[in-house]
Amino acid sequence: MHSLRDRWRRDRVLLLLALPGVTALLLFHYLPLGGNIIAFQDFQPFLGIWHSPYVGLDNFEPVLTGDPVFLNALVNTLIITLIQVVFVFPLPICLALILNATISERLKRLTQSILYMPHFLSWVIVVALFQQMFGNGGMLNAWLRSADLSTFHIVGVPELFKLMITSQVIWKDTGWSTIIFLAALSRVDPAQMEAAVVDGASAARRLWHVTLPYIRPVIVLLLILRLGDSLSVGFEQIILQQAQVGAGASEVLDTYVYNHGIVGGDWGTAAAVGLIKGIVGVALVLGANRLAHALGEQGVYAK
Amino acid sequence: MGEPSKLGFGARGLVLGLGCLAVLVPFWAVLMTSIASPEEINRAGGFVLWTNEPTLDSYRAVLSGGIVTRALLVSAGITVVGTALSLVSTIALAYALSRPGSLLQKPILLMTVFTLLFNPGIIPMYLTVKQLGLLDSYLALILPVLVNAFNVIVMRAFFQEIPRELRESAYMDGAGEMRILLRIVLPLSKAVVSVIGLFYAVAYWNAFFSAMLYLQSSEKWPLQLVLRTYVVNNTPIGSDQLSSNLENLPPQISVQMAILVISVLPILFIYPFIQKHFAKGLMVGAVKG
Repeated sequence: MHSLRDRWRRDRVLLLLALPGVTALLLFHYLPLGGNIIAFQDFQPFLGIWHSPYVGLDNFEPVLTGDPVFLNALVNTLIITLIQVVFVFPLPICLALILNATISERLKRLTQSILYMPHFLSWVIVVALFQQMFGNGGMLNAWLRSADLSTFHIVGVPELFKLMITSQVIWKDTGWSTIIFLAALSRVDPAQMEAAVVDGASAARRLWHVTLPYIRPVIVLLLILRLGDSLSVGFEQIILQQAQVGAGASEVLDTYVYNHGIVGGDWGTAAAVGLIKGIVGVALVLGANRLAHALGEQGVYAK
Repeated sequence: MGEPSKLGFGARGLVLGLGCLAVLVPFWAVLMTSIASPEEINRAGGFVLWTNEPTLDSYRAVLSGGIVTRALLVSAGITVVGTALSLVSTIALAYALSRPGSLLQKPILLMTVFTLLFNPGIIPMYLTVKQLGLLDSYLALILPVLVNAFNVIVMRAFFQEIPRELRESAYMDGAGEMRILLRIVLPLSKAVVSVIGLFYAVAYWNAFFSAMLYLQSSEKWPLQLVLRTYVVNNTPIGSDQLSSNLENLPPQISVQMAILVISVLPILFIYPFIQKHFAKGLMVGAVKG
């Protein structure tokens, strides 16, 4: 075993290389964790973290007593998560299966290039595009007007807001999300597949018994990550469109924190809600991972 | 594979074709509207899908030195500087972590991975940036997102795929760590460096909320904030904002669409160059890592 001094002499360059990254992570991931202390303070910006008075659990009151504004944000968040797990999550799997079965390699490449692209656009651009297509003065309605048909009000209608943001998520990320399923599908053993065909297995049976085992670990992994993120739904996407539909339909936990803290100056309550959200998020990932282990899957990390 | 089924083939083709159209049509409409003449736009009542009298007036109006031009330069600057800083610190950290058994390697790796599990929250982040005196500074858009742990892990996995013998023989020949990193590891890692570089560049170019949160003065706005104000929120944009010398400003909608095109163009431009590395660069890290 080398002495500590020898190891320092040998590895100091490596430590020096790690320094900028480590500093950034400490300053902007670990240091802010300490800032959560203001969840227990009556935080006054001019007094700062060091001098603001402590108020115990007062800031957690909206959460503990079920304040309607908070509950609305919580319920919206959960509904959006549910919609996205049920309707959005399976789409890339289907698309990957379709792409994988496409015969021409060139056609597959071209389609992939086109379908991946929206992932790289910002939410501002995606929201702008949707408004230009479906807004009251947008392309769809201009065309309907010119054809003397009645127009659709889609943008700015609270009842349709969740449908709207779900379609945006589908448009932006379905293509890109196939990438990891396609990687898993590329490892399907052709000999095994041929044997299944020779044995007369139907397409559905081949999918179930041959293909699925290859992509199941990936599905479980992504589902765990999605569950861990249950309480975070499209913050940038929603904040951009909130003014059009109002808080009733669009407030989620993250926008609640932003609107009450940064905009409204109720720092303590906002930090308290943010803190609870963070803790529940970590607990959800760990819990979902244990569940995956219990079901015999590998999960995010091996046991 | 499997028996050829005409119906299945047709259905698959239809799904893929519709998917591609759903992506392409909005871009086409935006592009055409940005170059259509005012008369055509009037006739169509907004969007046009084809123009016979293309004009670059709206681009001229937008790029002649007003708020959009300035925002474009700001976004370009942040993207170039940010991507360079992020790549250097990510490569350096990933390389240090790719050497199991070196001093402090384990705790630093744990510390890096752990940041994937939690998010400090909006309020504490804001207060931290404020405490560090970075409010209203461009550094606030770069330093908090300087290294992304996921990118570090992907790059580290890629570095570890490089045969040890290459590194060890260079070490025997007296090369130091820096030399090994620059001369041996990096030249073999072009794929992963391009892909991670693209991820960082896209993130910097697209950053909207951090700019809204940390920048107070509108002179400092990057393109995404201009886009939000004048396209999403539909705030009228006139000669005051554009400081344009054109006699007649082009129609509002073609100015808006020109801003949209300008903000998408850089991404469309670098995308094909990097795309060929996707499979190679991302898969090694994501699937094996």
